[in-house]
Amino acid sequence: MTAFDTSIERNAIEQHAAEPVNAARIRQPLYAPRRKIFPKRAEGTFRRFKWLVMLITLMIYYVTPWLRWDRGPHAPDQAVLVDMANRRFYFFFVEIWPQEFWLVAGLLVMAGFGLFLVTSAVGRAWCGYACPQTVWVDLFLVVERAIEGDRNARIKLDAAPYDARKLALRVSKHAIWLLIAVATGGAWIFYFADAPSLFVGLFTGRAAPIAYITIAVLTATTYVFGGLMREQVCTYMCPWPRIQAAMLDENSLTVTYNDWRGEPRSRHAKKALAAGDAVGDCVDCNACVAVCPMGIDIRDGQQLECITCALCIDACDGVMDKLNRDRGLISYATLADYNQNMALATAGGTSAIDPKRIRGRDGRLLPGITNVRFTRIVRPRTMVYFAAWSLVGLALLYGLMTRDRLQVNVLHDRNPQYVLLSDGAIRNGYTVKLLNKIPEPRAVIISLKGLPHAAMSAVGINEPASRKLAVTLEPDRLRTLKIYVAQPAAAINGSVQTFRFVVEDPSSFEADSYTASFEAPQP
Amino acid sequence: MSEKEIDDVTGVATTGHEWDGIKELNNPLPRWWVWTFYATIVWAFAYTIAYPAWPLISSATGGMLGYSSRQEVRAALDAAEASKADYVTAVAVASVDDILIDDALRTFATAAGAAAYKVNCVQCHGSGATGSAGYPSLNDDSWLWGGKPEDIRLTIAHGIRFVGDDMTRLSEMPAFADILSETEIGELAGHVASMSATPSTGAGADLYAANCAACHGDAGEGMVELGVPNLADAIWLYGASKEEIAAQIRAPRHGVMPAWQDRLGETTVKELAVYVHSLGGGQ
Repeated sequence: MTAFDTSIERNAIEQHAAEPVNAARIRQPLYAPRRKIFPKRAEGTFRRFKWLVMLITLMIYYVTPWLRWDRGPHAPDQAVLVDMANRRFYFFFVEIWPQEFWLVAGLLVMAGFGLFLVTSAVGRAWCGYACPQTVWVDLFLVVERAIEGDRNARIKLDAAPYDARKLALRVSKHAIWLLIAVATGGAWIFYFADAPSLFVGLFTGRAAPIAYITIAVLTATTYVFGGLMREQVCTYMCPWPRIQAAMLDENSLTVTYNDWRGEPRSRHAKKALAAGDAVGDCVDCNACVAVCPMGIDIRDGQQLECITCALCIDACDGVMDKLNRDRGLISYATLADYNQNMALATAGGTSAIDPKRIRGRDGRLLPGITNVRFTRIVRPRTMVYFAAWSLVGLALLYGLMTRDRLQVNVLHDRNPQYVLLSDGAIRNGYTVKLLNKIPEPRAVIISLKGLPHAAMSAVGINEPASRKLAVTLEPDRLRTLKIYVAQPAAAINGSVQTFRFVVEDPSSFEADSYTASFEAPQP
Repeated sequence: MSEKEIDDVTGVATTGHEWDGIKELNNPLPRWWVWTFYATIVWAFAYTIAYPAWPLISSATGGMLGYSSRQEVRAALDAAEASKADYVTAVAVASVDDILIDDALRTFATAAGAAAYKVNCVQCHGSGATGSAGYPSLNDDSWLWGGKPEDIRLTIAHGIRFVGDDMTRLSEMPAFADILSETEIGELAGHVASMSATPSTGAGADLYAANCAACHGDAGEGMVELGVPNLADAIWLYGASKEEIAAQIRAPRHGVMPAWQDRLGETTVKELAVYVHSLGGGQ
């Protein structure tokens, strides 16, 4: 008999009639219809954290396209803009041309390593907190609770026959869901056009058809996935958890029911204690099942449906507080810690779970027992991921800082490769592409480096042939020039000579060059 | 298959087929799937009624909607024509020189001219406009009839020695086989071949002054107004060797180019002139 009295308040804990959807004992045949889930409202640290994440992510999503960023008269003023028509992507002070899409590829590589890092450290945190599916389901549940009430009221309403009240509640719920869905689909398109003018255009019917189509498609998916399908998306449709599960190891934090202290669970501890039976901390109140948005029982162990949202931890901690017991019967824990504690509770696996083995005389857990050891996050595996993630990040940053804003690309004419002129000189033709990647007009100078006796002329620029050519470039545009380079017969010293086209902006000192070849007939 | 076999695990009847011990369950298709399938059948019938579909002996059913792929092509072509109508009108009224100084117009005319060139000109002048023996290269700066934009346009519009166009470019060099002896022709050819570098002196030079300078000029500089070739430059239409030059003195060959204005219209001829001028040799 332990020193503490477990009989107090046990009967004051509300028992929830909650059945996990995936329990083996009620497993249904193939093609079974969905078992409805009515998650109860949870309160606690993780729930508050989830509200915060939800607020931040939704704010980012809805507000970002409305931020302004002054880029001068020649570029759009929207901070984040995917300009498909002009093939430009604006992100605050960064402007990406299609040639620089490697930056986006690099971000995707970072996202990959980031996923490895976060998952190996804190498990499926993405699923539980940041995934849009989780965020929007949460939002839809807020609406559902506000209109139909919490778990028990919703169960009752669902079972009730349709009358005026039920119809009114259901219609208003779905109407608000649809409104949220439209706003979600509507917010997306603002990333692809000037938000204020598109907003006006939307309501005056002058927006592009693709805008309306996008809103319609995203409205449908938001409403169906967030409102109607909910946890089925995570369980049956999403490939992400399958990938994430492969990244967990025995040192990853996962939501864990600590059965080494919870078992044997008992609803009638007093009786059991009187009978001399061992009694764990779990009072089998099913609060953890009732709050689970996936409808599972975490006490059945790790299972693929679990998105580690930790609402069961909140629910259980609330119960433990009422019982005046240590929190963390359900907690974030690593498999390594769990095994260690389990070995202690079962005498190295030789006995059944005995709660007395892990408690001191005062009924508190022994000091050697740990649920969460955040030091586990820092270990070789996560360090390697972090190093890889940082390296890619630094490489991207370096690439971003040093990339050219003025570029020249040259194509040598292939047909003909060279032309004989009347005075015996040889002329080559080049298509020269000048890329001005800043949203300001520029005056640049193209010059020849090498071929000391050569001179060039450009189609459409009526200047005498020389070694320098002044060219104006439109802001944020590519200019294609046809340039002819000629060398007198005496200067040609081989069938292929190389030289460089150099383009310089004298006002910003930016420059780029391209090595081209000058071809002549075999001597 | 007299008896239905029920699968133990699922309680579902099997189809009776077996592959290496694996039996197929006879589950029905999901209902939405079946209904989609029926809908496709209905759609197919409606489609064949609405659109041309069923083959007949020499044609096909016309469909109820009056759809025709020829009409669609025509509409697309009309739309393409309409989309460039502004440019075409501008090219039609502008002179070639005006087109060349207008960036947008020049870009349009060059592209249109390049397309017309590929259809009408490559057969003689080559796909890279490099020409070949008897067919002038259009890239270089040697022009028999002048390389200014307007000269090029006139040449394209009315052709060279083209019977059937009153304004065609005309000139002919006499055959010297009956006038000079074979020896003299040889000496003359030797002199002409030397003109592009260091002109020789002696019998060949005297023969040249007496017979050729009137048209080809004292230094062999040619005469653009009459399409007389420059003999002092590096470019030879019929070959630079003494033998080839002698053959040309003996019995000159004269190239003929068709007049294109009647076939292609004024606008296209202008576009071609702009394109040819942009090849790098235009003056």
